[in-house]
Amino acid sequence: MSVLEIRDLHVSVDTEQGAKQILRGVNLTIKQGETHAIMGPNGSGKSTLAYAIAGHPKYHVTSGSIVLDGEDLTAATVDARARAGVFLAMQYPVEIPGVTVTNFLRTAKTAIDGSAPPIRTWVKDVRTSMENLRMDKAFAERNVNEGFSGGEKKRNEILQLELLKPKFAVLDETDSGLDVDALKIVSEGVNRAKENTDLGVLLITHYNRILRYITPDFVHVFVAGQVVESGGPELAVQLENEGYDTYVAASAAAAEAIASAEAAHAAAGVVDAPAVNA
Amino acid sequence: MGSKSHTDGAWSERPVQTRSERYASANVGDFDEPTGREVDWKLTPIKLVRDLINGELDGSPLESQVAVAQPVDGFSLSWIDRTDERIGSAGLPEDRASANAWSHFDQALAIDITGEEPTGEFIVARSGLGTVARAAHTVITAAPNSRGILVLENSGDARIAENVEIVVGEGAHVTVVTIQQWNDSAAHLASHFAQVGRDATLRHIVVSLGGGVVRVNPSIHLSSPGSNTEAYGLYFADAGQHLEQQVYIDHEAENSRSRVKYKGALQGEGAHSVWIGDVLIRQSADGTDSYEENRNLVLSEGTRADSIPNLEIETGNILGAGHASSTGRFDDEQLFYLQSRGISEEEARRLVVRGFLAEIIQQIGAPAVEERLTLAVEAELTVTV
Repeated sequence: MSVLEIRDLHVSVDTEQGAKQILRGVNLTIKQGETHAIMGPNGSGKSTLAYAIAGHPKYHVTSGSIVLDGEDLTAATVDARARAGVFLAMQYPVEIPGVTVTNFLRTAKTAIDGSAPPIRTWVKDVRTSMENLRMDKAFAERNVNEGFSGGEKKRNEILQLELLKPKFAVLDETDSGLDVDALKIVSEGVNRAKENTDLGVLLITHYNRILRYITPDFVHVFVAGQVVESGGPELAVQLENEGYDTYVAASAAAAEAIASAEAAHAAAGVVDAPAVNA
Repeated sequence: MGSKSHTDGAWSERPVQTRSERYASANVGDFDEPTGREVDWKLTPIKLVRDLINGELDGSPLESQVAVAQPVDGFSLSWIDRTDERIGSAGLPEDRASANAWSHFDQALAIDITGEEPTGEFIVARSGLGTVARAAHTVITAAPNSRGILVLENSGDARIAENVEIVVGEGAHVTVVTIQQWNDSAAHLASHFAQVGRDATLRHIVVSLGGGVVRVNPSIHLSSPGSNTEAYGLYFADAGQHLEQQVYIDHEAENSRSRVKYKGALQGEGAHSVWIGDVLIRQSADGTDSYEENRNLVLSEGTRADSIPNLEIETGNILGAGHASSTGRFDDEQLFYLQSRGISEEEARRLVVRGFLAEIIQQIGAPAVEERLTLAVEAELTVTV
């Protein structure tokens, strides 16, 4: 059985003001077939976790590791991670002008499998998956994500998930911007992938609406770049009722304590300084 | 036809500020020899094309060098005299190379589009022009309500200055594609003049993939109400190539519409592209809807892409007018997206460039031509990417 491990992951991101620490020691172990929901307020670093796992060049792992079946992927290229079996369904899929969905899917499948898929079964697979996701046939000849609505982009992400058959999928706020019908269609796609390929899922979301359709085995509360609490599906219900306020307040108090301890330390340093120089 | 003191090159006086005031004449003697400081020459390596700008040109008709791929109903081709009334119906030269060509051609190639339901694209191929400096003239006339795709293909050696006139009749909808796949030593200075009739559409597509100095300058006049143009361009400049296009859209009539989109890729030492996009919306052009855009993708060090949009608006009563220009390296987010699907960086880059340029190729509307150009771009990419 495959296992994806996130070990004490610290990640910073480049900003105009310099590197900014976002993840502060994330630990997660996801086994194949399991679904883990990561829930947290805006700005808690959920998407950073998603990008860091996929290897986006803007995000730097400062310590910790990402390990798939014992193989350390922390320094692997983006495409090598994908070929190893990690998939990221993006929150904002980008447009690729001039590259049709058909061409893109075949190129990606060939890259993942190491050889071109047999034409006849491949065409049938694509057609079936598109029908399942209620995607019009005309989609195949359109350029990737170009002029797609928000819902169409998300369905296109799940189409890739179903066809590329990764071991693990990170769904980065796949539910955002979807109406109920689209949310159901997308969720069905994820559930099919779970059933067909024993997919492990890391489902990142702000709301627990999607959890009505994709049942999590574990729920993790994510605040200030860390998992602050883990539990079963009941935790999502509790979050729905109580919100993130208590976690955010606790986290802020902790941050303040650290800051004041650092300030006290710095102040002590200043007092020491003349003595050192003398 | 005016005096020398009014030419664009006369910097001792006030330079021409407004595009519509630019001096026009069919007589080469009315233009000073350019020095390289003029607004329309300053980015062109004029040293390499002085013969075309200033010298004597062979203006004999290129009857044996021009070939029609296959006859298509609704298109016809003939050679006409300088005195034919079609000559000068779309515009007059605004620079000396154009006027030099106009002064030297003996006969013009006339292409008439008369069909309303064409069975295919009409391809006129030109090659084997040799190394003698030549002048040529072409007049394309689309009859009212006609439809069709005309493809002008250029390959082989050439040193040629030429004018191409395009008159699009009322209600017509035509596409004119000019493809430059010259040898590396070739020099080609072309001015296209178009008049677009009432409720008519001209789709004008410039594809420059090869040549030493290639300069194709379309001036499209939206001179009748409801006239419409889509001006597309694609260029791929390799080491040592200069590919230039100065696009002028003149909104004269009300409710006219224009879209300009030129995209280029550059790779190799000394690859140089120039795009100048002038859009003039005259006081008479109420209800104008206009947008122009130039995108350049830089694939290696040592290249230079000049991109200069100019927008002049003389009436406030318009639907829209905008421009955009960018020159950059690869979009990291696009590469990340493709790589996150297992595609290697090298292949992702190839996909992005091919896709970037395919957007223009897809506009042609003739699958066989699109296919051939896609392969040509592919071949350019295998050189270094």
